[in-house]
Amino acid sequence: MKNQNLYNYIISIADNSLILAQRLGELCGHGPTLETDIAGTNISLDLIGQTRNYYQYAAKIQGEGKTEDDLAFLRLEREYKNVLLVEQPNDHFGYVMGRQYLFDVFHLLFMTEMLNSKDETLAAIAKKGIKEVSYHKRFSGDWIKRLGDGTEESNAKMQEAIDDLWVYTDELFDITEADAAMISEGIGVDTSKFKELYYTEILALLTEANLTIPESKYFTRGGKKGIHSEHMGYILSDLQYMQRTYPNMEW
Amino acid sequence: MSKGFKMITTLANIDQHLLPILEQVSDPEIPVLSVLDLGVIREAVEVDGVIKVKLTPTYSGCPAMDVIGDDLQAAFKPLGKTVEVDLILSPAWSTDWISEAGLQKMEAYGIARPLSETADKDVLLNNAKKVVCPQCKSTNTHLVSQFGSTACKALFKCDDCQEPFDYFKCLK
Repeated sequence: MKNQNLYNYIISIADNSLILAQRLGELCGHGPTLETDIAGTNISLDLIGQTRNYYQYAAKIQGEGKTEDDLAFLRLEREYKNVLLVEQPNDHFGYVMGRQYLFDVFHLLFMTEMLNSKDETLAAIAKKGIKEVSYHKRFSGDWIKRLGDGTEESNAKMQEAIDDLWVYTDELFDITEADAAMISEGIGVDTSKFKELYYTEILALLTEANLTIPESKYFTRGGKKGIHSEHMGYILSDLQYMQRTYPNMEW
Repeated sequence: MSKGFKMITTLANIDQHLLPILEQVSDPEIPVLSVLDLGVIREAVEVDGVIKVKLTPTYSGCPAMDVIGDDLQAAFKPLGKTVEVDLILSPAWSTDWISEAGLQKMEAYGIARPLSETADKDVLLNNAKKVVCPQCKSTNTHLVSQFGSTACKALFKCDDCQEPFDYFKCLK
């Protein structure tokens, strides 16, 4: 493939959206209230829409006649390059909103930078997606505040989620070989530019929500290199079941 | 927003003879709106018997786009013409592209029309009472849910006539 780095770069961004969308999709019909249920699936739908745009583009670059569906459903676990944060389970609603917020803040900063990409398709996807992502952040941020600044129990559960999810935040800023190559060509987003801003923004909201940032400096990583947590296999067995069982099936 | 701008961004790039047929293709989620009312057809031209359409999605994941593509095929089939749909993302769709006629049909259908960008933020962030109830025209309304039955809408309730209703969110 001529543009291997560009392909790898797009896949890695797309996989973040796909896997987070799949996690939110699991909540369909199981949300704590009707409004949060609808919100979860709406956010999931936005992310799937963005994923489709990325995969369609990646399939074109790959040039093997594959489609967006092949990329979504027929890769092996190691070939998915999403960060570990997005594959973490839904445990309780605090985890769902915590995971969402920690990703949304990153996602919005990322898309804002991607508007300036020299790659026209990526810039267009950002221009479309940025409005959706800012709405997601508003929703998840509101819930962090409501739960953190709510009852003793909701505060404890929200803090538990933040404490557990915190170790996955540093990986968002890892720069792979493909990332570095794309940054040098003015196509990729240099995430180091807004790493400080990311943590400052989160600290401000958590403080407002009577929550604290874990003191530990230990962070875990691997997803961007295809080395996932134990949850990923279960996600993929759900996600890929129909295509693996009935190859080429269509609705 | 002047009507002149809308003409430039939408209808100018559409072959006049295709308009009557495009007018019959509706948004599957809001069936009173045609794809022209909605402003999602950015270009439609006939080249050697093939209708080439440039379609822009309202939201990235809007499932209506696939259906609209199929409906366009079906609409031109009786004329023996095929349609090639090209999905374009930039410039991104805006609620400003919905025609005035479309906005009126939307309200009659029971969906409140999008407010200006500033008023929209005021409503969704600060619970301001600005959205007009499509049933009784009161602005004594409040936000029930930031997300609604489709990606483009939020759920509201009127505190005068007590009816719940959809609000079409402003997107720019």
